[in-house]
Amino acid sequence: MKKEYKVIGKPIPKQDANIRVTGKAIYGHDILLPGMLYGAILRTEHPSAIIESIDVSEAIQLPGVHCVITADDVDVNNIGYKRDHPILKKGEANCTRDEIAAVAADTKEIAQQALRLIKVNYRIRKGVYDAFEALDESAPQINKFISGKFENKNIAEKFHYEHGNLEEEKKKSKHIVSRRFTLPRMTHACMATSNITASFNNIDKKLLLYSSTQVPFLYQRDMAHALKMNPSDIRVIQPVIGGGFGSKLDMHPFEPICALLSIKTGRPVQIIYSREEEFIASPIRQPMVIDLTAGVDKDGNFTFREINIIKDNGAYTSWGATTPFVIMQAFSSLYKVKACRFDAKAVYTNNIFAGSFRGYGNPQATFALERVIDLLAGELGMDKADIRLLNANEKGEVTGQGLHYDTCGHKECLETVIEHSGYRTRSLQNNDKRYKRGIGIASMLHVGGGAKIYRSDGCGTTLKIDPYGYCTIITGSNEIGQGSETVLAMMASEELGIELSKIKVINTDTDVKPWDVGVHASRTSFVAGNSLLGAIRILKEKLNKKAAEFLKTSHFDFDYSDNMIIPVNTKEGIALDKVVREMHFSAPNELAIASFFYEPSSKFQDKDFKGNVSGTYAFAAQAIEVEVDTYTGNVKVLDIYVAQDVGKVLNPLLLGGQIEGGILQGVGYALTEELLMKEGRILNPNFHNYKMLTASDIPDIHFYPVETLDKEGPYGAKGVGEAPLIPTAAAIANAICNALDLDVLDLPIIPEKILTALAEKKGTK
Amino acid sequence: MIKEHKESRLKEEVLHVISFMLNERQVTCKIKSSTVLLDLIRDHFSLKGTKPGCYEGECGACTVLINEAPVNSCLYLAVNANGKNITTIEGLVKSDGTLHPVQESLIEHGAIQCGFCTSGMAMSIKALMNQYENAQHVPGDIRIEIPTRNEIKKYLEGNLCRCTGYVKIIDAAEQLFAKEDQ
Repeated sequence: MKKEYKVIGKPIPKQDANIRVTGKAIYGHDILLPGMLYGAILRTEHPSAIIESIDVSEAIQLPGVHCVITADDVDVNNIGYKRDHPILKKGEANCTRDEIAAVAADTKEIAQQALRLIKVNYRIRKGVYDAFEALDESAPQINKFISGKFENKNIAEKFHYEHGNLEEEKKKSKHIVSRRFTLPRMTHACMATSNITASFNNIDKKLLLYSSTQVPFLYQRDMAHALKMNPSDIRVIQPVIGGGFGSKLDMHPFEPICALLSIKTGRPVQIIYSREEEFIASPIRQPMVIDLTAGVDKDGNFTFREINIIKDNGAYTSWGATTPFVIMQAFSSLYKVKACRFDAKAVYTNNIFAGSFRGYGNPQATFALERVIDLLAGELGMDKADIRLLNANEKGEVTGQGLHYDTCGHKECLETVIEHSGYRTRSLQNNDKRYKRGIGIASMLHVGGGAKIYRSDGCGTTLKIDPYGYCTIITGSNEIGQGSETVLAMMASEELGIELSKIKVINTDTDVKPWDVGVHASRTSFVAGNSLLGAIRILKEKLNKKAAEFLKTSHFDFDYSDNMIIPVNTKEGIALDKVVREMHFSAPNELAIASFFYEPSSKFQDKDFKGNVSGTYAFAAQAIEVEVDTYTGNVKVLDIYVAQDVGKVLNPLLLGGQIEGGILQGVGYALTEELLMKEGRILNPNFHNYKMLTASDIPDIHFYPVETLDKEGPYGAKGVGEAPLIPTAAAIANAICNALDLDVLDLPIIPEKILTALAEKKGTK
Repeated sequence: MIKEHKESRLKEEVLHVISFMLNERQVTCKIKSSTVLLDLIRDHFSLKGTKPGCYEGECGACTVLINEAPVNSCLYLAVNANGKNITTIEGLVKSDGTLHPVQESLIEHGAIQCGFCTSGMAMSIKALMNQYENAQHVPGDIRIEIPTRNEIKKYLEGNLCRCTGYVKIIDAAEQLFAKEDQ
């Protein structure tokens, strides 16, 4: 069954690593255009206030200042998923990151100085900083741009889903567990801060943007809507991107602001966030409160799940409001469950607004679900591994929500980590009075073949081979550090027999590349890979025909190897470049070019959120061992055993990088990372107080890929990017609870929470 | 009033002439007292490989070597560079384009994703190599042990990375020393 490949499956380093390791890669921060000005943004001083007046007269007069804009100076549309977000705020400020005015100046220093000369009169008002308070009848309406579609004025978006007979299943349950989980704000903290360089040509009225967006074509459309332009007059070029993780899925106000400054001045303008600004004015992982009630029958079969989620949307709505699409998949379809009722509301508050972050709500959902599974096992007196294996998803299953598991490595992932971690055989050395060890298991389900949350989830490719035998892949997909350019080049090398050094990937320019929905939902290898393979198929038909003609053979079955096209089972072939030249210079004279658009077979879900939303699904399990210092509350993560259904390993080196990087973000989510807010202000907008993990904090990661060879995936592969961080916090929480016999409910599990819980436990005894 | 005050302050700012070795080349320039080394390297000398990650000395993306030791160039006043020997990521590559072993090792181990931390990371690893190599030349016959994996981790604590989870970066560094040990 397993096919031997020459390139696919080999540990090939990232093809553009050499430019990144020598300082030659051009990031947004490195762009310097002739005549370029520096933009800067004035943000509100108060998270909730009436803006009575803005006086920019002194700022405009400062030598070196070219332009100052406020809401009164621009004719623009709102942005955001719900079009509820003004680019520049007029009349009121609703969260601490609100953009009040912007300047363009000769230098960064002058731009900053000009901001200090802008005088704004605020009338401070009481803000609403808690989502439950915002739902109270007496709360003021926070965002005035929504139409009042829902029963409460502060609901930005809501989701309802159900399958099965919930009341029936409740009756059948031997044990029912209810818990409320509170999940924190986590920020992407990309190493490169947000940046954009906008260059408006006021002669031909075209706008050129050097942007770090993850979704250039949606971005082009959104920018055009914001600026009241034609999308085709906007060209988006992506410089090398210094981290994404979902933060660049939405267009943010600073981007059209930069474009407006360029339009007003007729000069290129660059805006680069400071690190503090990055912490304050970036989207975050949705903070939410999850109420989960779940049942189990006497044999350990899961009966039902009832979920109520309140998400703190912040003041404006981003794509992040749609995370319940993914969250409900985890609740409805991870492990077999007979009935599920799911309600989620995104609620406006005067906090900073939530966006999308690697995992897209799934880390939160998985944390709640996997904690409750441990508790159900405890009630039943059943082993925590056994209850998971009993209920694990299976190949061929169609879930209550309508997800089709054509391949499914769920059980194998669980079995793998249970075995390798020594879960069943190890003896926990908990004799020590101070240090207690524990082990926890968690698993996850995530889309593995794109996610049709936009009308198209496709990707286009144009492929060409030049007369010298070099291949150029022009792909709609994007490279944000994950290595998509390498995986695509490997596929072309495998199929065309051209060495990697002769393959170029063009992927950064909307004027050149075909459409793609963007880099998200772990979709690029799957969707862009299938798109490329489609283009290769078409190109090979042309090449085969010419090769057959040249070799005077009726054969149409060829091997592509070492830059040669060779009829199968023969030795004599013809050089690939020669065939390309023959195509070009002899009748009917054509170039070696092919284009293909791939749209996954997935369905746009109906209004009840039922349907097969992805081309395939990825599964993973992690078993994590921790040691807790009961004197200090410190948690040391010792070993992480991770098994992931990746379909097929395309490149073990890049795959390992995704696994390790994802897991460490998951460990941070579990233990250290929280953007703290008080009364609408961020208390820790720097790396000193927002604790990202360092090289010293890494546990030993043991990775076991599980290959299920999905027929939809390129070479059988599934998406891998988000999965590694999804079950990590859940497994760590389970391990801590196992070590200390606690019932941990909130992330991050900082030492203080552990000490408090231990003290409470002692007190109750 | 405010404007005049600010302007006069700008005018009064003293310029300093400094001279130092930058990637093995003698350079001289005129700078303000407030200029930090990171801006001097990036804006004046157009060496964009050194990355501005935070300007607060927290992330290590801007690490350069000053007299072989790793320094956050965002917190280092450029005037202090006078007479010093400074190496940036560009200085690791030979003029014929041959990469430094640190760079080769980072590539081979898959230690690079978005790459924004990579320059600083490479310079920190190079600094650890310098320290180890210099220790060999100290008189006496004490055998200098190669840094352990834990020592490497500790040494790289000042360089944040959001993509890789550090594992492959540490692998890359460890292998450099393993080679030295043979």
